[in-house]
Amino acid sequence: MRFTPHTPDDRAAMLSALGLQAVAELFKEIPANLRSQAWDLPPGMSEPEVCHYLAKLAGMNAHQLVCFLGGGFYDHHIPAAVDALISRGEFYTAYTPYQAEMSQGTLQSMFEYQTAICRLTGLDAANASLYDGGTALYEASMMAVRKTKRKKLIVCTSVSPIYRIMLKSYTVNLHLDLVEADVADPAALETLLDQETAGLVLQNPDFFGVLKDCAPHFEAIHRAGGLGIISCNPLALAVARTPAEMGADIAVGEGQPLGLPLSFGGPYLGFMAATEALLRTMPGRIVGRTSDAKGRVGYCLTLQTREQHIRREKATSNICSNEALCALAAVIFLGLMGKQGLVELAELNMTQAAYARERLTAIPRVELVDEGPWFNEFRVRLPIDARVAVSQMIDKGIAAGFPLGRYYPDQANNLLVAVTEKRSKEEIGYLAEGLEAVL
Amino acid sequence: MSEAMQVPEGLYYTKEHEWVRVEGDLAVVGLTHFAQDQLGDITYVDLPEVGAALEQMGEMCVVESVKAAADVYSPLGGVVAEVNAALDDAPELINKDCYGKGWLVKLGEFDRAEFDNLLDSAAYRKLLSERE
Repeated sequence: MRFTPHTPDDRAAMLSALGLQAVAELFKEIPANLRSQAWDLPPGMSEPEVCHYLAKLAGMNAHQLVCFLGGGFYDHHIPAAVDALISRGEFYTAYTPYQAEMSQGTLQSMFEYQTAICRLTGLDAANASLYDGGTALYEASMMAVRKTKRKKLIVCTSVSPIYRIMLKSYTVNLHLDLVEADVADPAALETLLDQETAGLVLQNPDFFGVLKDCAPHFEAIHRAGGLGIISCNPLALAVARTPAEMGADIAVGEGQPLGLPLSFGGPYLGFMAATEALLRTMPGRIVGRTSDAKGRVGYCLTLQTREQHIRREKATSNICSNEALCALAAVIFLGLMGKQGLVELAELNMTQAAYARERLTAIPRVELVDEGPWFNEFRVRLPIDARVAVSQMIDKGIAAGFPLGRYYPDQANNLLVAVTEKRSKEEIGYLAEGLEAVL
Repeated sequence: MSEAMQVPEGLYYTKEHEWVRVEGDLAVVGLTHFAQDQLGDITYVDLPEVGAALEQMGEMCVVESVKAAADVYSPLGGVVAEVNAALDDAPELINKDCYGKGWLVKLGEFDRAEFDNLLDSAAYRKLLSERE
């Protein structure tokens, strides 16, 4: 879909139709003290100056580090075809395709993305994406609140602490009863369930990289009349039990592992799928496939009456935007990998992580915290504060992992290590040798 | 336009275009012919739960059509005794037979005094004619 901004002539014509001299007159209702003052921008730069300046800023990034950081975002290889295809003019626009007449290609790509998310999660319906894994988790939680008309949410402490912070800030004024607890043991969950419980939020693999069986937990929440929500790593879904197999009603997660680069603050990709019973409570856009009057296949945005531009204060959610370009990158990535390729990629991640576990636990006084099974990430307990170890490793050119003490004060010595298919045996060797040297 | 709109006798109406009719101990509620005509093809009805307590002119359910989503208000206070489950698979019944098979909800425990706040067919017909 093309987007052409207004030309100066267009603007002049619109101003004249409105009987105005300048665009600024449109803003005069806003009190002067609330309007922007002088912008005070520095003088313009020449192209070589801009290139030099930006290269200098880019040089301050730590992209040369060998990356064992994870915690929800992973350093995966992105095939060159992903960027080449999403950069095509037909796709590279921030504007969402309201007009089916001129957006069939974009709409088809979103439909195929939804299909891929349904296949990965095993659930019936997916939307055309949300901002990121955290907002997707918030939206899933609110679906449970709306559907059950209850106010209590139980969130396991092994759900990403970043997502739990987001959930708290989004719901701060919604008068919900947000209960954070370690419910890994289903018996611990039973004591928290009651007739007010709208939903249970779990993560798989959990924040510490451990693959979980959530089926008993979801059976329990269903018995209490609530919904089961799972946040998951889409790459792990190639080998793990799917959300549908474990009885989840809603699956969400961060789509970054599917062909999106690591970048501070995004743009990332929130995916969401749910059972058919929840289709109408699902926020965001949904693309449907239909046929036109002549029987030809066509795509269009569907169920739009749930959306804020039609239902306004009654909208399913006030987040109606999506991450269409990131979703496109994900579906291209999945297409390039293929069904078997994705399984092999996931297995390669697990193999590399297993090798790293072997190397790290061979270091004296370094111990595994969990018993597994793991996906591509695990936590080890160091004999010293993990923050100290990590900062010393930075000097060796290695981002050794995520020190868990930042979010779990009782885990100051625990380090979360992620190992993707990009980490060679040699690099894993550097990590082990480097870590042994700083301990 | 209102000439073509069906407004059966013996029913009570709201200004928001719902109708209600007493059948034994229950009050049957639906959308008027005018309402379904304004909405166009109805695609979904979000029915309330059986047992839900409603207030007169409180929100009862939401109907979605190809054009819009609209709140439906309960003509009477009461408790939802039955919902028209056939609408889950065939919401178009509201368009086809809004005073018959396209009913929405049956209410129990209503207060007959609340009928005083509703319109009879003549008053509702007048309301429709004034819209022109």
